[in-house]
Amino acid sequence: MPELCGIELAHPVINASGTYDAIAARKVFGDELLEAFPFSAFVSKTITPEPRAGNAPQRIWETPAGMINSIGLPNKGLEGFLVQDLPQLAELPVPLIVSVMATGRSEFARLVEAVAAREEVAAVELNVSCPNVHSGLIVGEQPAETEALLETLRPLTQKPLIVKLTPNIASPDAVAVAAEAGGADAVSLINTLKASAIDPATGAPALAAGHGGLSGPAVRPIALQQLRAVRAAVELPLIGMGGISSGADAAEFLAAGAALVAVGTESFRDPRAGSRIAKELETAMSGAPARVRALDLQ
Amino acid sequence: MSAPFGRRLCEVAENAASGGYRIFSLLDREGPAPAPGQFYMLASERSWGEGGGRPFLPRAISVAETAPAKEGVRLDFLVEGVGPGTDRLCELEAGEGVWVTGPLGNSFSTPKEVNPDAAGAILVGGGIGIAPLAIWRRHLVERGIPLRVLLGFRNQEHSGGLDELFCSGDTLCPDVRLASEDGHAGHQGYVTDLLATMLAGDDATSAVVYSCGPPAMLEAVRILCAEHGIACDLALESPMACGFGACFGCAVPKVDGGYMRLCVDGPVVRGDAIAEVAHA
Repeated sequence: MPELCGIELAHPVINASGTYDAIAARKVFGDELLEAFPFSAFVSKTITPEPRAGNAPQRIWETPAGMINSIGLPNKGLEGFLVQDLPQLAELPVPLIVSVMATGRSEFARLVEAVAAREEVAAVELNVSCPNVHSGLIVGEQPAETEALLETLRPLTQKPLIVKLTPNIASPDAVAVAAEAGGADAVSLINTLKASAIDPATGAPALAAGHGGLSGPAVRPIALQQLRAVRAAVELPLIGMGGISSGADAAEFLAAGAALVAVGTESFRDPRAGSRIAKELETAMSGAPARVRALDLQ
Repeated sequence: MSAPFGRRLCEVAENAASGGYRIFSLLDREGPAPAPGQFYMLASERSWGEGGGRPFLPRAISVAETAPAKEGVRLDFLVEGVGPGTDRLCELEAGEGVWVTGPLGNSFSTPKEVNPDAAGAILVGGGIGIAPLAIWRRHLVERGIPLRVLLGFRNQEHSGGLDELFCSGDTLCPDVRLASEDGHAGHQGYVTDLLATMLAGDDATSAVVYSCGPPAMLEAVRILCAEHGIACDLALESPMACGFGACFGCAVPKVDGGYMRLCVDGPVVRGDAIAEVAHA
């Protein structure tokens, strides 16, 4: 049975943060969602200290084999999350991982302390793709910032701390090494790739924010290489993601060293993608060897 | 009633041209009958993002009509090919499979639910947006609620669906009036011209307006209704990746700040709940 930092999981497929609102999905699909919950652990949307409305539309744009989003982390803030969302997420039949983000170490610490203290929460994921208000640097793009952040947060909880890496730098493996040195328990990758689109009707950027993050099968080979690089650099368990849409895709990430995989964009196309991929993965791992392709150009 | 969890494969029963549009029907053996205003996320089983291209995401399409079928329900959709997703849906052939998630979103409210003093309904549709008004019109007629229907089209090429969705027998239903910008049918001009005339009359003040169409038309409808103090239900459209609240892509600004998600808080929105219908 797969596990993450001592948390036992029914299968190796979880969701990527921000790609599944289990509370909204339960309203849409009813309790059938709980009976056939697609993921073996649930990762919340990123929580920030104060509420955020998110970015102005247009927020999404379809691309070949993927999409660009600039959602802007809408959320109810820490208090709103603890009071309104956490009790509902606690009813999910799987362990809960809460994603948090702040623009300063003390604010980050406030989030981690408050969230990790709740018994409903099994682990905390740190979204470090944000600027530090003091240095102006994106924490997750700087090994030193990342290590310093972990050194601040590590003493605050015994629960697993997962660092979500950004792919938008030359050496994500260096940040993973820093996260490990700072006391992280696991690393998840990749976040979305910085991307833009032009609306052909206007000649202007398609997204109101100007740019966004690319996800979907288009990013999968890049994610796989970053996973390999990070695997070679650290001992920590890795949660691999980036365009996984089938069991065969998931098997590639496991083969490259991931302990778990996460599914994001594919859930938009198939609300049960998580459990489908877990089932396909089981077949792929137990069945006959896959057809060998010398050159994947058929 | 909640939608079945996940997507399911439905068979295309038929697909036929209707003016410049297409109407295709799916046989849904599992899902509940949709309510007027609800939509489905649709993607063809074959040739949808295969080989790494577009369309990639499913498309949100309002249901135009539904009827009990021998097994399950028949779902009718009115589409116009305006991009890779709708182009592919236009090409659907009888017998092929379509991935369906839904029914999703909220539905229209009856005039009395909107305003206890409201006696009737005025339906205002533009272009492909006439679709959800067809199923809504039938519900209102079945409940004996008085109504008028105003439908507008840009030109003959960008029109369709009338014969199948708004005719009784061979003739346009008597409660339906048309407008077209090129003058090929009915009043030459905008459908909102017809609405303005109707709202200026005494008998319209106790009605509720229901509208779906291009954003500029919806904004004109919203303003007209606000000026006359008449409530309106607007069926909006927004870029949408998932349809069930997961992607947060379909944000629509609320009148009191912040955003709603059109997929779970709409697609039917009360006119006074939004500051404006964003349009180019």
